[in-house]
This record gives sequence, C-alpha cells and structure tokens, in this order.
Amino acid sequence: MELKVKSQGGCASSGCGSSADRLSHLPEAIRAKVNNHPCFSEDAHHHYARMHVAVAPACNIQCHYCNRKYDCSNESRPGVVSELLTPDQAVKKVLAVAANIPQMTVLGIAGPGDPLANPERTLETFRQLSEKAPDIRLCVSTNGLALPELVDEICKHNIEHVTITINCVDPDVGAKIYPWIFWKNRRVKGRKAAEILIAQQQKGLEMLVERGVLVKVNSVLIPGVNDAHLKEVSRVVKAKGAFLHNVMPLIAEEEHGTFYGLMGQRGPTNEELQTLQDACAGDMAMMRHCRQCRADAVGMLGEDRGHEFTLDKIETMEIDYTAAMARRAQVHAEIEANRAAQRTQSGEVFVSLASLKRPAPKKTETRPVLMAVATAGSGVVNQHFGHAREFLVYEASATDVRFIGARKVDLYCSGGDTCGDAETTLQKIIRTLSGCEVVLCSKIGYEPWGQLEAAGIVPNGEHAMEPIEEAVAAVYREMLESGRLDHAPAPEQRMSA
Amino acid sequence: MALTIIESCVNCWACEPLCPSKAIIEAKPHFLIDAKKCSECDGDFAEPQCASICPIEGAILDAAGLAVNPPGSLTGIPPERLAAAQAEIRAR
Ligand code: SF4
Ligand code: SF4
Ligand code: SF4
Repeated sequence: MELKVKSQGGCASSGCGSSADRLSHLPEAIRAKVNNHPCFSEDAHHHYARMHVAVAPACNIQCHYCNRKYDCSNESRPGVVSELLTPDQAVKKVLAVAANIPQMTVLGIAGPGDPLANPERTLETFRQLSEKAPDIRLCVSTNGLALPELVDEICKHNIEHVTITINCVDPDVGAKIYPWIFWKNRRVKGRKAAEILIAQQQKGLEMLVERGVLVKVNSVLIPGVNDAHLKEVSRVVKAKGAFLHNVMPLIAEEEHGTFYGLMGQRGPTNEELQTLQDACAGDMAMMRHCRQCRADAVGMLGEDRGHEFTLDKIETMEIDYTAAMARRAQVHAEIEANRAAQRTQSGEVFVSLASLKRPAPKKTETRPVLMAVATAGSGVVNQHFGHAREFLVYEASATDVRFIGARKVDLYCSGGDTCGDAETTLQKIIRTLSGCEVVLCSKIGYEPWGQLEAAGIVPNGEHAMEPIEEAVAAVYREMLESGRLDHAPAPEQRMSA
Repeated sequence: MALTIIESCVNCWACEPLCPSKAIIEAKPHFLIDAKKCSECDGDFAEPQCASICPIEGAILDAAGLAVNPPGSLTGIPPERLAAAQAEIRAR
C-alpha cells in the first residue's frame, strides 16, 4: 500500500487553500475513504457527523490518565459513557441515529474500555452493521495490546480505519505511563509491561498497513513524560505507514480520579501542544481537530446529541433503513455539492490574499495571527459567541490560513459550581482563547465584547455566514491594511492557559 | 475457598469474561463473586484471573479477607513513597 504521505512542495504543503487540498496528493482510493470521515479529514469534520457506541467496557491495560469508573454523566472525557450497550442495542441505536442524522457517516467503537479486549462484543456489533448498514464506515480504536491477534478478524468486518493510541516507543517512557498490562493470563508490571505493549502496538500497526487499513495514531502529550519523545514516535509510526498522527493534550484534573489527576501531573498548555504538533508535522498529516470525544458521543465533532438516542427513546423508533439509506445518499450528495462550491470560492480568496504582499513590498514577512472562530458546522462562521461550547483556532499568515486546533470552553466538565472555581464563564473563555487576537462569530453581546477587547482579543461579527478560512483571510487582510500587524500582540495575550 | 469483590469495585467488567468458573455476577451496586462457584482459578490458571486484571487496588479480597492487590501494588508506588512521587510528578 502506498499509504506514506509524500512530502510535497508548493501549494499543498504550505496549506494554501482549503484543508481539503492537504489530502489532494493521496491516491484516489484513500481519498475516497477519508473524504467524509470527520475524524480523519479536517475538512470533513465541518460537514459530517460520527457516533460511538459504548459496547466495550473491559480493558486489558492501565493508563495513568484513565479512571475506569466510566459512568460519570458530568464529564465528556474519552472513556466516559452513560449507558453500556449490548451489541444488539448498539446496532439498533446506530440505525436510529443514521436515519435521523443523515450526516452521520462513521460509527466507531472506542470503549469505554478497550474494544479489542472485548472482541466478541465489538466484532458482533461490526458484523451486524456491515450487513445492515453498508453505507456507514466502521472504525475502531485500541490500545494495541490485543491487535496483532485480531487484525484478520478486523479486516473481515470491513473495517477501514483503525486508531491506535501510541504514547511511546521506548519502554522507559512507557513505564511512567502504563503501570501494568494483563498479558497471557497474568498481570505484568513496570518496564516489562511497557515493552510488551509497545511491541504489540508496532506489530499491529505494521499488519494493518500491510492489509491496506488506514491507521491513525493517537498520542497523549504528557509534559515531562513523553513530550520530547513524541517526535520520535511520530517519526517511527510515519515510517511504518500510519496515515495520520493525532497529538492530544493530557486531561488530568483531580476530580477525574485518575492517577495523574490525583498526583498533580499537569496537562500541556495550548502553546506546548501547538509547538509539538508543528514539530511532528513534517510530511505526515497531523490531526488538529480532535475533540477527544466520549465513548458514546453522537453528532458532529464537538457536539453531543446522545441524549436524543437513549435506550428508552430508540426502543420506540421504527426504522426503515432502506428508505433512510436513500435519504442519506441524497443528503451526502448535497453536502458534497456545497463543499465543492466552498472550495472554488476560497480558491479565489487565496489568490487575492497572495497579492497582499504588494502594498507592503519591503516586508517579506508579516507576523502570523491566531484567530478563534465560533461555528456550528458546515464550515462557516455561524455561531453566536455566547452559544459556543468550543472555538476553532486558525493561524493566518501572509501566505495561508491553517487550522490549529479546537479549544473547548468548558473544559470537559459541566459540573458548574461543584468544580469549585470562582472564575466566571467569560473569564474562562478569555483564558481559553489566550494567544488569539481576534474572535469571529455571528453575533456577540455587549458585555463580552468589552471584556474581550480589554483582554486584547478583538471580537468580529462582520463575517457571519462566510466560509471560515475566507473570513479569517479577510480579517488578516484588514489587520494588515490598518497597520495592526506592524507591532507585536498585546502582552496579556502571551500568557498561556 | 473463594475470592470476594467489595464495594470499591467500579463495575468495569474486566473480570467477568475471564472467570473460568462463571462465578462473577454483574450486580448493583457492584459486581459479586458467587462463593459456591469460585475455585480461585485452581486447576485453570496459576493466578486468580479476576484479581489479575482488576484495576482497583483493594476491590478483591482473598479467602482470608486480605486485599489481593494491596495499596501501591497497581500504581507501582508504595504508600511510603507516595509523597515523594507526587512532588516529582508535580514538578513536571
Ligand atoms: S486503554 Fe483506554 S480504557 Fe484502557 S486504561 Fe487506557 S485509556 Fe483506559
Ligand atoms: S478467582 Fe477465578 S474462579 Fe474465582 S471469581 Fe476470580 S476468576 Fe472466577
Ligand atoms: S475488575 Fe475489579 S473493578 Fe472491574 S468489575 Fe471486576 S471487581 Fe469490579
């Protein structure tokens, strides 16, 4: 398989153009596989939805960032779910969601434990779905321990995408992340455990690539543990043919009850995360739009409509999947037409953006600017500031606009007062947006406007309903023309979250 | 001769499919071991399977009522080193 992402010069590598262009160098067959996959394609995540079903509770290893008490309804960390489903219930739920949310193209099994530590439950769900809903893409996430033994089963069920969480390739680093694994009917601890896990992960990766399955590698960035090491991980998995590397920030709060949370291990700052993602980027696609979903999330990335599809609700739904499939095909065709139109439009913008260099010919480089965008989907600026649960952060420069990542407002917890921190929501948002100089939204209230400005973040509601990258480019151009790029950003924006 | 699951169990399901004697019962508020069925894995495995995969220190007791996985045995940090380890981790 030619899964290796070639290094490319010119337009695609500098990201001049919409994010879809970044996939344009891939072989057609692979592009077709990721084109409507919200987790594998950054552009697709504006348009398509995914769902996870929680059928796999057990796990065969322990990660220090995981608390296996998974039924907390206040949180939306990976691994947290509110109801565990049997394979039959899961299939019913998937069909109900597919019929009601036709943009849902991808079904993933990601826990709450390790899907491959529960092979019967996981594979039975896939088996039924590949039969009943052939228009849904199936994918699975795993810690990799049981992967080599199950690769052939996975391929049998038409699974096109596998995500392996690989936090290290060095057992000494691994010993600080994984205290033990369950291996061949025994518990193995310490460095030896990490050694076995790493070997299994790498072997599983190689086997999947050999069989033409797209592999995404997730890594959790843990400051002081694997931060320096992740570049090596990126290099190794890339060489073995992983398609995408997704570096995610560690989430560790005391109230989550994880080992790291209780021990006071900190997560990375937005800046640390971005620096590392840039360092790993090289010539392999880096994923920056991951939202670290719950293991039972439903809907667009960043939203969760799981409450519309609880067990008691799906019990009463009658689904005619043949009819649903026809409607789904129609909706997908509309989305594709819309995307094609957006691509042509933004192409024009970038031509004029490049010509920006003319008014300031002496400066070869103007400084880049981070901007936050409130969007409810479809790739346009269309959300009220006060409704945004997360902001997409883009970096604009004289040559391109690139997506940096999503920042959640209410970091993983909606526990409100119970979280014991007196900061107002607005102050939290301002802290979340540190480093950004502009926030684009459809509308914004008077009070937040003032406070944002005071914090050095300029609210902008003038580009409502415009495609995001186009709007960001336009604001950058305005900043350039008004001379705002001649000086460095205000100092308070330098602080990190 | 039987092991016991106590209330610190988090209902993670890891032990249930492994039991060679089908002695583990999904129950509320937490999983249970049927003492009549539990063989302590004797004859099937060298070590009791439930206690070898359980992620919670102290959740499973042996026949004498002692934790099969005592404090520190799963995190790898014995209680007396906890404060030092915490300081080390906080400095990262
Ligand atoms: S593999 Fe997943 S479920 Fe298992 S301990 Fe790690 S994070 Fe938790
Ligand atoms: S000790 Fe063995 S037989 Fe007894 S409950 Fe645990 S797994 Fe089952
Ligand atoms: S493995 Fe431990 S925590 Fe999980 S269900 Fe069994 S006894 Fe409970």
